[in-house]
Amino acid sequence: MANHILTIKNLTKIYGDNVIFEGIDLTVDEGDTIVIIGPSGTGKSTLLRCINLLTKPNGGQIWLDDLEITAADVDEDNVRQHIGMVFQNFLLFNHLTALNNVKLGLVKVKKMDKAAAETKAFQELERVGLSDRAHHYPGQLSGGQQQRVAIARALAMDPRIMLFDEPTSALDPELIGEVLEVMRKLSLAGMTMVVVTHEMGFAREVADRIVFMEKGSIVEQGSPDDLFYRPKFPRTREFLWKITELYGKKEEEA
Amino acid sequence: MDLSRFIQYIASGTAYTLGVTIIALPSGLILGIIFAIIYVYGGKIAARIMNFYSTIMRGIPPIVLLFILYFIMSGSINLTPFWAGSISLGIISSAYQMEIIRGAILSVSGGQMIAALAIGMSRMQAIRYIILPQTLRLAIPPWSNEAAIVIKDSSLVYALGVPEILRRAQLISASTQQPFLAYTTAAFIYFVLVLITNTLLGRLEKRLRIPANP
Repeated sequence: MANHILTIKNLTKIYGDNVIFEGIDLTVDEGDTIVIIGPSGTGKSTLLRCINLLTKPNGGQIWLDDLEITAADVDEDNVRQHIGMVFQNFLLFNHLTALNNVKLGLVKVKKMDKAAAETKAFQELERVGLSDRAHHYPGQLSGGQQQRVAIARALAMDPRIMLFDEPTSALDPELIGEVLEVMRKLSLAGMTMVVVTHEMGFAREVADRIVFMEKGSIVEQGSPDDLFYRPKFPRTREFLWKITELYGKKEEEA
Repeated sequence: MDLSRFIQYIASGTAYTLGVTIIALPSGLILGIIFAIIYVYGGKIAARIMNFYSTIMRGIPPIVLLFILYFIMSGSINLTPFWAGSISLGIISSAYQMEIIRGAILSVSGGQMIAALAIGMSRMQAIRYIILPQTLRLAIPPWSNEAAIVIKDSSLVYALGVPEILRRAQLISASTQQPFLAYTTAAFIYFVLVLITNTLLGRLEKRLRIPANP
């Protein structure tokens, strides 16, 4: 049996009277790509934010490898550097070049010396096909390029797991492909990934497991083939095909 | 007294005017940055205290505050009027500069902090390497306004007897019966100082501007 990199048990998040999600159980094994899908407002993004401790859950536990990261005495900053996060709206550091965006964490968090950090940052940009944009500022890059730099920035920290929060939702259709291609390669290279997305083409091709969430709980999870062709619940089938139709068109145009 | 000596007498106060400004403005900036960070990131109670400080300091005329702070300082530590006046103006300015910096921090997207935390930075690191560099760039235009105000308000220390431009203009006006010439000379010097400062800050703003496609 593969190693669990991420284990989530009975996780609950409530804002005021509003239950975002409740009783979430999820495990992610080394090298797996998990795609989380579901209607908006079902707590997918909040779940990712809980995993890298940007939001505190109200109940339940999360383990990264053998470390319980929801424990009270955990060093949150230290945990976060082992979890890569890619955001819907890129969130590159606006005042730094692409290279320095990738390099900063290496120098300030990992305390690498500057020359080594620069070499590594450059390699990471090469990996996402942007070494020729190393000295451009975010404002000089397209959305797709910005998102690839954001992926490089997260990868540079050598994370145990990468979280993607709707990484292509803010992109023009013709820029989505280049970002998905980087993610596909990353998955093939064995990176452990949890991806929240509506890109069903990506989910079917790349996911080891698709998790369908609705109204704050996991309805069903399984291989792409199981969910698309042999779903246990009619609701799963309905949602999957509706989204495929909606977004499939966009993919063909791109 | 001939004209050049007349003007020279007033102009020699420029050193004091500049001295007061060079002490007051940066000390107000450092305090302003620290207070703004406490205001934004320090939690509710700290924000309330900072808001109280800001309201008090900005609600009282600078000359009144100057006297109060001067008498507190000269009563407790033995400072010359020049130092006491400069530090007092710095403290007064810190409230205005805090509001400038706070506004700039709030206009840097909250996502920048989240992205910094996500790569494992501490909040202090994020403030230092991500938030402040962007904040200070945004703050230059409103800050150059405050710089002009501090240069002009440095004239207030004349009331403590510091022989700066205004004080000298007043003295020579009394002794020569030439008030118009004395005060227009003073006005001209202040104006030139403000003009130079604003021009330099305008250049700094251009130089530090983050490149972006139009």
